Amino acid sequence: MSAASHSVLAHARHDFIKVDQFSFYYGEKQAIFDICMDIPEKQITALIGPSGCGKSTLLRNLNRMNDLIDDVHHQGDILIGGTSLYDPSVEVISLRKRVGMVFQKYNPFAKSIYENVVFSLRVAGRSGKKELDETVERALTSAALWDEVKDRLHESAFGLSGGQQQRLCIARAIANQPEILLMDEPCAALDPLATLRIEELILDLKKQFTIVIVTHNMMQATRCSDHTAFLYLGKLIEYGETLQIFERPKQTQTEAYISGRFS
Amino acid sequence: MPPADSPKSAFATTGRSRKGEPWVWLTAAGLAFGVAMALGLFSLILLKGMASFWPQRIDLMEVSKDGVLQKIAGYVVQETERSDATGVLHEEIQVFRGNKDVNGEAFKYIDRKQIKSTSRPENLLLVERIEYGPAIVTATALQTAAGRLEPSDPQFQRTLAEMLDRGAAGRAELLKIERKQIGAISRELEALGRAEKSAQVAPDIGVNRRTDLQSSFDDLQKKAAAIRLDLTKSSFLGIAADGREMIFPAEKLLHVFPSNEAGLFARIGETFHRIWKFLKDDPREANTEGGVFPAIFGTVVMTLVMSLVVTPFGVIAAIYLREYAKQGLMVRIVRICVNNLAGVPSIVFGVFGLAFFVYFVGGGLDQWLFSDKLPTPTYGTPGILWASLTLALLTLPVVIVATEEALSAVPRGVREAALACGASKWQTIQRVVLPASLPGILTGVILAMARGAGEVAPLMLVGVVKLAPSLPLDDIAPFIHPERKFMHLGFHIYDLGFQSPDAEAAKPIVYATALLLIVVVVTLNLTAIIIRNRLKKRFAVSSF
Repeated sequence: MSAASHSVLAHARHDFIKVDQFSFYYGEKQAIFDICMDIPEKQITALIGPSGCGKSTLLRNLNRMNDLIDDVHHQGDILIGGTSLYDPSVEVISLRKRVGMVFQKYNPFAKSIYENVVFSLRVAGRSGKKELDETVERALTSAALWDEVKDRLHESAFGLSGGQQQRLCIARAIANQPEILLMDEPCAALDPLATLRIEELILDLKKQFTIVIVTHNMMQATRCSDHTAFLYLGKLIEYGETLQIFERPKQTQTEAYISGRFS
Repeated sequence: MPPADSPKSAFATTGRSRKGEPWVWLTAAGLAFGVAMALGLFSLILLKGMASFWPQRIDLMEVSKDGVLQKIAGYVVQETERSDATGVLHEEIQVFRGNKDVNGEAFKYIDRKQIKSTSRPENLLLVERIEYGPAIVTATALQTAAGRLEPSDPQFQRTLAEMLDRGAAGRAELLKIERKQIGAISRELEALGRAEKSAQVAPDIGVNRRTDLQSSFDDLQKKAAAIRLDLTKSSFLGIAADGREMIFPAEKLLHVFPSNEAGLFARIGETFHRIWKFLKDDPREANTEGGVFPAIFGTVVMTLVMSLVVTPFGVIAAIYLREYAKQGLMVRIVRICVNNLAGVPSIVFGVFGLAFFVYFVGGGLDQWLFSDKLPTPTYGTPGILWASLTLALLTLPVVIVATEEALSAVPRGVREAALACGASKWQTIQRVVLPASLPGILTGVILAMARGAGEVAPLMLVGVVKLAPSLPLDDIAPFIHPERKFMHLGFHIYDLGFQSPDAEAAKPIVYATALLLIVVVVTLNLTAIIIRNRLKKRFAVSSF
């Protein structure tokens, strides 16, 4: 398996994120088995697989979100830009500033739209009004939300529709200009129209960020991503260019999954 | 298709679901019962409490007892039945006739059969005074420095009003001289004595200063005596129903109301006047007359200080318990202890407050900061600060439990979102979790306030008194006196109901005070609820 994924690597331009023989355990239970994969810079990489296959766990390890859970441990390593996430000199907080995240269920704070966007700047101790204002406009424009909310920036974020709230969460995640954007099923709670808008947005964001997206939606993976990794029972079954994975899967399990024979 | 012989469709109400319906009724009945009890309690207190302010018509009754004809003026308080030794039933009325100074008792039971005639003369007056409770008389004259004035005189009403104003002004002046100015002198004398004892002041300077103070003290006393003398020159003269003359000197005269003559609006006005007096006056005559202002003030200040102390402590404790402590056996034990603390009888907190706050902390403070005043204790004696701290301890579990609930109700997703933005754990709590849980925390504070404001038992050990001479906040430096004893509405009710020398006279005030306590607690809670709702909106919308 690891040989298979290495052969795919030849096509990648970079190994910006390098997952190196990574295993992860919740207590005694192993959730990820010895995964090796290189994620290229400024491209979209989709993680697909049935529920419980470990794709969310892998994603949440890229910004060490799993550290919050008691009694977890790992083997192997993950490197971003050549630096190990687990290097003692790496501070989790500064890591998370480089790696933004968007969640499955939109979760804006109980604050105004403006304050939601500038939250990451505020916690970083930056409070210059000009900088904050510019950030709000830039992030909301990037998240394709600026025109809709520019007149009500100081109203509650809860007044927005579901799709708008998710785009606000994307704006919040990119406000502090991270290098990587992690998306954990960002459209799972949205209707098809809102999903379409988010997908357009994701394709647009590719210019600025390296995006890793977890999705249950095969169509979404084909529409959005450049590379696709198929995980099953915590193992990386197949990883390659999206076109190749969906049209000429090498592994029978991959083919069975994408053709809907099990899920 | 159901079988043809089936009498019911698939959705017909079956026996089982019908069986459930009586339970719906039972729960509804339970709620109705609870609501009825609460409403009953409240309306009883409201009715009895408000009735005590309504000026009643005064009856003049001719009563013949054992062949002797007696005239009694008063209003009916209640109607009772009593059977005497021979088993004959007597219908009796209890009458308030006032004039306690000449009659000995303000209330009298009268057998209905003995009443020969009843009338309502328009000229009967209800006279309120500083001592002996109200009097019921007919005016005979006004004695002023200028001479005697008959009730028929056109100037009578105006002169009476002036006399009442003069009396009030004179009393206010006397209070200012005796309590404030003479009080200030005696405080200075006391401080001087302490300074001399510790040799901080040269003996000759001390003696000079003492002479100065003594002479200004004498001046003030002369001034007070002059005011008194001036007030004794005018008085209100009346005649009671039984023909006895009564004299009311202006200094003691508070208010005269023509109960029978007054029309509806005058009586409504009088009701508001009495409510206002009840709210703003100090108590008189072992608390059975006058107002309850010091008790309102004490209750509100104590509750507010308690909330100010308990909220930060409870919230901080709950944050550690919920957010930082490793959830294990230890935290479980702590949580159980906190919950058990809520079940400890409140008097136990009173005992603890007395032993720890008053004797240990207060006594220690006295040794350390106020050793020059010893053996007179400053903080080593019950006072409002210790009462507030004791109640803060009592209500701490309420705040901790409510805060923990509120914190755990903040969705995990929101915390993760904050952390994913690069916030530290404390920043996440401070900027996202606490604002989101603020309404829940405030609900806990509201519950704590409601519990604390109604608590009486522990206060008796740590600072509440029957009559506090001065408020914990006043215009004497340093303005805030947390060591002072205070009055409390709950204790006031207990004191009036069980410790009063005149239980009959105290009864209406018991109801009125109970009503007031409810109003104060509800007001405090409503304020907190309004603040909570404001904050809810603010944290949802603005840029905090």
